[in-house]
Amino acid sequence: MTDVPFEQQAAPATPHRLDLRTSTSRLRRSFHPGLWISWGVIGIVAAFAVVPWLFTGHDPVDGSPLERRQAPSLVHWLGTDELGRDLFARIVYGAVNTLSGAVVAVAVGLVVGTLLGVVAGSSGRRIDDAVMRLVDVLLAVPALLLSLSIIILLGFGTVNAAIAVGVASVASFARLARAEVVRVRRSDYVEAAFGSGGRFFAVLWRHVLPNSLNAVLALAALQFGSAILQISTLGFLGYGAPPPTPEWGLLIAEGRNYISTAWWLTTFPGLFVVAAVLSANRISLSLRGRSA
Amino acid sequence: MSSRYLVGRLGQALLVLWAAFTASFVLLQLLPGDAILIKFEGGDLGLSPQQIAEIRLAYGADEPVLLQYVHTLAGFLQGHFGYSIQRGVPVTEAILANLPATAWLTALGFAVATLLAGTIAVVSSLTGLRWLRSLLRGLPPLFVSVPVFWLGIVLIQIFSFRLKLIPVIGAGEWEGLVLPVLTLAVPISAPLAQVLIRAIDEVRTQPFVTVARAKGASSRWVLFRHVLRNALGPTLTLAGVLFGELLAGAVVTETVFGLNGIGRMTEQAVNNQDAAVLQAVVVISAAGFVLINLAVDLLYPLIDPRLRKTVGATT
Amino acid sequence: MSAPVDVSPPPLLSIEDLVVSYATAAGRTRVVHGVSLDIRAGEVVALVGESGSGKTTIGQSVIGLLPENGRIDSGTVRLNGTPISDWSQDRLDGLRGARISLVPQDPGNSLNPVRTIGAQVGEIFRIHGYRDRAEIDRRVLELLTRVGLSDPELRARQYPHELSGGMRQRVLIAIAVALKPDLIIADEPTSALDVTVQRRILDLIDDLRAETGTAVLLVTHDLGIAADRADRVVVLQHGRIQEQGAARDVLARPTQPYTRQLLADAPSLARAAQRRPRPASTPGEPAIVVEDLTVDFSVTGDRRGTFRALDRIGFSVAAGTTHALVGESGSGKTTASRTVVGFQSPTSGRVQVAGADVASLRGEALRQWRRTIQLVYQNPFASLDPRQSIRAIVEEPLLNFAPVPAADRRRRAETLLERVGLPGATFGRPPAALSGGQRQRVAIARALVLDPAILVLDEAVSALDVTVQAQILALLDELQRERGLTYLFVSHDLAVVRQIADTVSVLQQGRIVESGPVQDVFLHPLTAYTRDLIDAVPGRRLQAAE
Repeated sequence: MTDVPFEQQAAPATPHRLDLRTSTSRLRRSFHPGLWISWGVIGIVAAFAVVPWLFTGHDPVDGSPLERRQAPSLVHWLGTDELGRDLFARIVYGAVNTLSGAVVAVAVGLVVGTLLGVVAGSSGRRIDDAVMRLVDVLLAVPALLLSLSIIILLGFGTVNAAIAVGVASVASFARLARAEVVRVRRSDYVEAAFGSGGRFFAVLWRHVLPNSLNAVLALAALQFGSAILQISTLGFLGYGAPPPTPEWGLLIAEGRNYISTAWWLTTFPGLFVVAAVLSANRISLSLRGRSA
Repeated sequence: MSSRYLVGRLGQALLVLWAAFTASFVLLQLLPGDAILIKFEGGDLGLSPQQIAEIRLAYGADEPVLLQYVHTLAGFLQGHFGYSIQRGVPVTEAILANLPATAWLTALGFAVATLLAGTIAVVSSLTGLRWLRSLLRGLPPLFVSVPVFWLGIVLIQIFSFRLKLIPVIGAGEWEGLVLPVLTLAVPISAPLAQVLIRAIDEVRTQPFVTVARAKGASSRWVLFRHVLRNALGPTLTLAGVLFGELLAGAVVTETVFGLNGIGRMTEQAVNNQDAAVLQAVVVISAAGFVLINLAVDLLYPLIDPRLRKTVGATT
Repeated sequence: MSAPVDVSPPPLLSIEDLVVSYATAAGRTRVVHGVSLDIRAGEVVALVGESGSGKTTIGQSVIGLLPENGRIDSGTVRLNGTPISDWSQDRLDGLRGARISLVPQDPGNSLNPVRTIGAQVGEIFRIHGYRDRAEIDRRVLELLTRVGLSDPELRARQYPHELSGGMRQRVLIAIAVALKPDLIIADEPTSALDVTVQRRILDLIDDLRAETGTAVLLVTHDLGIAADRADRVVVLQHGRIQEQGAARDVLARPTQPYTRQLLADAPSLARAAQRRPRPASTPGEPAIVVEDLTVDFSVTGDRRGTFRALDRIGFSVAAGTTHALVGESGSGKTTASRTVVGFQSPTSGRVQVAGADVASLRGEALRQWRRTIQLVYQNPFASLDPRQSIRAIVEEPLLNFAPVPAADRRRRAETLLERVGLPGATFGRPPAALSGGQRQRVAIARALVLDPAILVLDEAVSALDVTVQAQILALLDELQRERGLTYLFVSHDLAVVRQIADTVSVLQQGRIVESGPVQDVFLHPLTAYTRDLIDAVPGRRLQAAE
């Protein structure tokens, strides 16, 4: 069937010759400040999730009704919402919901998908075909619709939304893992390992897995970004954490009612989502560069 | 291309479709429990058990599972997607009523996305200005990182409330489509542009491009006459995925802008546990994906002569 | 008194003090350090060097097509006295194709796969202002005929994948000579082709050149080709010119040690006779016996479309000797070697190695049998796991059999690594930190760590530079003497084969056309094909010079 974009991205540049004439884009990658900024952003957002009280003195849930919908100021850096709650505090305390959701989602996709892919790639034709047809079915349904189906089945909620997003990424992981395993299996060094008397599982463990997993890890970073996006989308649609939980997508949905008077309520949470996703994608790119 | 290949490829497509149907049936009709109970036994309607039993009979809810499956499958094959529990009308009717609006939105969104991606890829490949090149190549990664719903809200904020270019309420039919189409197009254009740029870069490292330059061809000549057609292949394989992304994008876009269409219908179906509607949308989108990929596979030889059956090839 | 006036016209091409560098992760790396050379009109100048010598970079600088990260730091390139090295790409476009043209290295990827041959040859006329379609078509057919392609009308309508490598190289030559340029840069024009095709292509370049008086800058790693085809030879090492002069002078009386080294290491048909005979092989069971071996590959996925890679071949190899399988691409030599080591099952026939029938071995028996025979691959960059250290790579085979204590394992691996000539500092490093020759030494050490009786060497020295190749061949020779090893040596290179093998089988399209002791086959070939192969080996002028 068709390739998902990531596999095209991950197509290994054949590094058979140590060649000075490599593309400049790959050279610049190694000392790009964007990568450091990206790690910084992810670090800060992760700190929001773990120790939110270090970043803000305001309470994310109890607001003072006197300070409703105030524009950003020195007291309330990013303004307040319709209940007088500090927006920055809600974003900081909301990070844990969005991030943990993304982590669960990636874990589901990574574990289930990689397992399927490795089994398909290292088994005989029949098992391979069966697994890959299953993956084809998963790929045929758009991620969001697949997630919505899971949500109808499991019900609303943070964990269910995360699982729904994770299931939608299983197919990508499975395809990539299989492609990598097949690529490595065809390599001369794997044949040489069998040729020197290696047993199947020993070769799988010593050579095939370590050399396949780099690309899978790069995909995990990419999926982390896209999981943040999709979890906030589900939150926005109201299928994730229930109010007053400060999940990022939900913050934007709530702010939407005051779009004409309180622009900050939708703008800032969105910017945090963009920054986190952009950083995760950037990190994925660097991991992929290393695996090539 | 042999007829054997054709039959095999067709069979594979049908198999995937059937599997998608079966999976969605199991997922959405068997496992979730009883949608009718949720809807009619909630108490607010005050129906008697007898009335409920009649409704159940009408929906065929008490048939054996296998029979339900066969009936549903037969229905899908004839274009009957069951009844919407929430709306009380056949799903097919609801879909047909909402189809035109979504078709317009997604078609325009797709056109704008293609245009945007093509422009980004071509201009960034041709320009000699380093800053313009970096700027354009930075756009797709930014575009994929923007939540669709947020983009829609920000666009409303800017164009409707700040600049007052497009009225929030009472915009003309076309005027009202501008922002939704843009919202839909931007995230769709990103993967398209990324794959196209990557393909262009890769083709440009091919020795035949050097040979073309050595003939005296300018970089523009080389791009349009040699590189683009070779770069089209990898981009075409995205077509099926993009179809699904457009549908998914329509769900969010229609919700944000309050437009009626398949997307909004889907969103409401999830809110109301209306599984039949969601199943229909899932199966239709899977069918679209499978058919588009089938078409791409069959059309591929037109782009790449290496895949054509050659008669009397000599080596 | 008047100053002496130089009345001779400027050379066609004059490179003066050229310095070129590439941007790399570690900053700018210089690869050409002040190279100066001239090419006069109609002259063939060979630029000879091993990988990393900068020979290709110089060619690219002349035609203005350095890779994106390459840059001319200083120096000038003049064409008929006019400096062109500082011209813009737009300005160079008018020059390329018309005055300077290129014959590239790899005919496989040098033509656009989605456009017809006719369109790609005709393109050079359209780029340079021809508008009359009929006229262009006529010229295309004329050119295709001129470069020796049969049925040019058909060829013009075909796509590159429908042509063989040699035919594609002819098309590329047609493009290069289309506008009768002053200079053709031929960058390894035949290194991807079989020897017999190679000779015909070089002959074609010679003919066309003589006809139009075009000068050629011939970039090559092959001293034999340079000797046969060039008027002048420029020897490069690490981006510096070691020696230049008339071809016959440089080859007959090299003044620089590096040139002498190159000449000594170049495998040549003349020198092979010096090989010392193997120690008398023990009579008895040969190490390898192949009888009536046939291997079919399925092409369409069913039985109807099969391709016969090997057709009832047979040979045997006496223990302690080297047998070579020689052939061009598609001759089946690699299939034969893979069948002998048990990676490919025969369709019919018998392969007996160390007394065991290979095809009948299964499971544990097969695994135990593998200790007796090991394969060394052509590409040392692909046959070593990039994530393992050198030491771990060599130790690994020991883990597969009866447990060996860790310290013992390590000692055996290191002893062997030292034996194959690797410095101790490399043992802990990954393969990426080693050169191609060093990696091939690692591969040999890995193959030997189980003490096998037989090594199968599949083009094991083909990817290496000549000086490295000579070292590895010498190492293999020593190891064979020390350990009484039997070699099955698979190669396309007849000169190398003659240097290392005792007996040889010549393969053509899956059949053995000739076999016997190396001396007999090379001095008195019985078939036209073998004769053709031997004649095609470049370097006859080199032999004459000795």
